[in-house]
Amino acid sequence: MQLSGRDGFGRALLELGETNEKVVALCADLAESIRVHYFAEKYPQRYFQIGIAEQDLIGTAAGLALTGFIPFATTYAVFAAQRANEQIRLAACYNNANVKIAVSHGGLTCGEDGASHQALEDIASMRVMPNMTVIVPADAEEAYEATKAAAEVYGPVYLRLGRTPVPVHTQGFGSFEIGKARKLRDGSDVTLIAAGVMVDKAIQASELLAQEGIKASVINMHTIKPIDTDTIIREAQTTGCIVTAEEHSIIGGLGGAVAEVLSENIPVPLVRVGTKDTFGESGEPEALLTKYGLAASDIVAAARKAISMKKS
Amino acid sequence: MKSINEIKEISTRIKRDVIQLTSHNTGHPGGAIGAADIIAELYFSRMNHDPKNPDKEDRDRFVLSNGHICAALYSALARSGYFPIEELKTLRKINSRLQGHPSRKDLPGVETSSGPLGQGLSIANGMVLGNRLKNINAKVYCFVGDGEIQEGQIWEAVMTAGHYKLHELCLIISWNDIQIDGRVKDVMNIEPIADKFKAFGWNTLEIDGHNLHQIRAAFDLFEQFDNAPTVIIARTVIGKGVSYMEHKPVWHGKAPSLEEAEVALQEIGPSSFGEDLVF
Ligand SMILES: Cc1ncc(C[n+]2csc(CCOP(=O)(O)OP(=O)(O)O)c2C)c(N)n1
Repeated sequence: MQLSGRDGFGRALLELGETNEKVVALCADLAESIRVHYFAEKYPQRYFQIGIAEQDLIGTAAGLALTGFIPFATTYAVFAAQRANEQIRLAACYNNANVKIAVSHGGLTCGEDGASHQALEDIASMRVMPNMTVIVPADAEEAYEATKAAAEVYGPVYLRLGRTPVPVHTQGFGSFEIGKARKLRDGSDVTLIAAGVMVDKAIQASELLAQEGIKASVINMHTIKPIDTDTIIREAQTTGCIVTAEEHSIIGGLGGAVAEVLSENIPVPLVRVGTKDTFGESGEPEALLTKYGLAASDIVAAARKAISMKKS
Repeated sequence: MKSINEIKEISTRIKRDVIQLTSHNTGHPGGAIGAADIIAELYFSRMNHDPKNPDKEDRDRFVLSNGHICAALYSALARSGYFPIEELKTLRKINSRLQGHPSRKDLPGVETSSGPLGQGLSIANGMVLGNRLKNINAKVYCFVGDGEIQEGQIWEAVMTAGHYKLHELCLIISWNDIQIDGRVKDVMNIEPIADKFKAFGWNTLEIDGHNLHQIRAAFDLFEQFDNAPTVIIARTVIGKGVSYMEHKPVWHGKAPSLEEAEVALQEIGPSSFGEDLVF
């Protein structure tokens, strides 16, 4: 059975309850949806229901952090990163408080709920905050590892979890380390750098490209900030062109972060796959990814384009 | 506990500091002067805190939510010994630890950064919940402006504190009926304040925020409540004791000129607690 990022998060948080007495959790009336209910049932003393009040959720979490706890504040991506943006900025980041913000429903694949619920701008708004770490795990196993790692590192962390079950690709590629990308496939013609559910699409794309004789390197860039500059530069040197793939606007997210690194260090062709300055809509996750240009075939087309730019 | 007369001298010192600091360095004098009496009682009689050990685990905490009145807080911190009194003169200057609005990472004694209105009460709630988990029986005091309670987040936090019956929490509202664009009544009416809090399950106390006896009595009562959070609705006067500032919205954020400061210092009168700053 396939699991989603939020499932991996829920399991890790439950274990953290056992191993780290400083870990507490808060929720804004979405306990089961974000999988914090396992923790809530086992550790009711360390669980705080805040109700539908996300600004208060972040502030209360910051207060708990300032008394020495490691709070995981949970809700959906739009309601944290966007509704409570300024609370995250002041109470979590400016205070450099040890607040972990774990969100589900990041990206198009939250599906049927539609554009109002599909955060396609959250990574951009979280990445720009001083002190913030931004992690977008690719699958349930990586979400599990990332949750544990987030509890270990001091400071605010934004953990963007997927809602939709996806295959596990990340295991067997070394231990998870914040800020260190995982290389999933070797290749010499083009590098596909993906995050979140788009890692699965990038793997599929690399297989399609292989059929055309194109060898694509695949990088799972689970940490958007701090971005793994070394890996990006090394890949640019090896393959000479890059494609980014993310379930987020091409403005300001993974594509933006990679563009910044490339243009200041080793300007090579870059093509960004993501939503094109638009809102999403209701639909099945797969249908949405296809309609908005985030299918494996779109990554293949982007790779061809990047390679052609390299040649010209 | 210090005598009321001693607190009066300290409060006068804080007001003098605020006038001296804002006239030389810019800042927000009106609300800061209006808060001096309450802040003097908290820092010099009421709170369990140790300036030599600002991170003391079981300390009482003061969360200044309306960060713009920080000149009063900085004065109280310096005069209690958190940092050298001389450093007050760096307020709002480049490379200073005394930022225009409080910065927790810079200055010892600042429990949270603030300035963007409406956030402090949520943070104070979280501190109470954290203390409870650690079985620390400490108080958390949160100070807000009356205009500030127009912020929606305040009411989210009022609900949370009521829900969790945070009796260790004391919210102080500085009810001076002044905000930037005019009288609070006219800009956006917040009354009846006490009824609103009662409806959310709080204990409510209404006092004259410049009567040191009433301030002390209110905090005494708060300490006895063990069932619900307490709000002290303190009637204050912006720029209290400075005739040309009292009740005038313009003195919310306008610094007095050096000549105006002289008049203000005359009217506030001398303090036997500490020395004037020398610029
Ligand atoms: C979220 C937010 N909005 C606007 C401001 C700008 N601002 C600073 S002080 C103030 C008025 C505050 O009035 P009140 O709370 O009554 O404080 P007082 O004037 O009594 O000091 C405003 C609007 C702010 N600091 N934060």
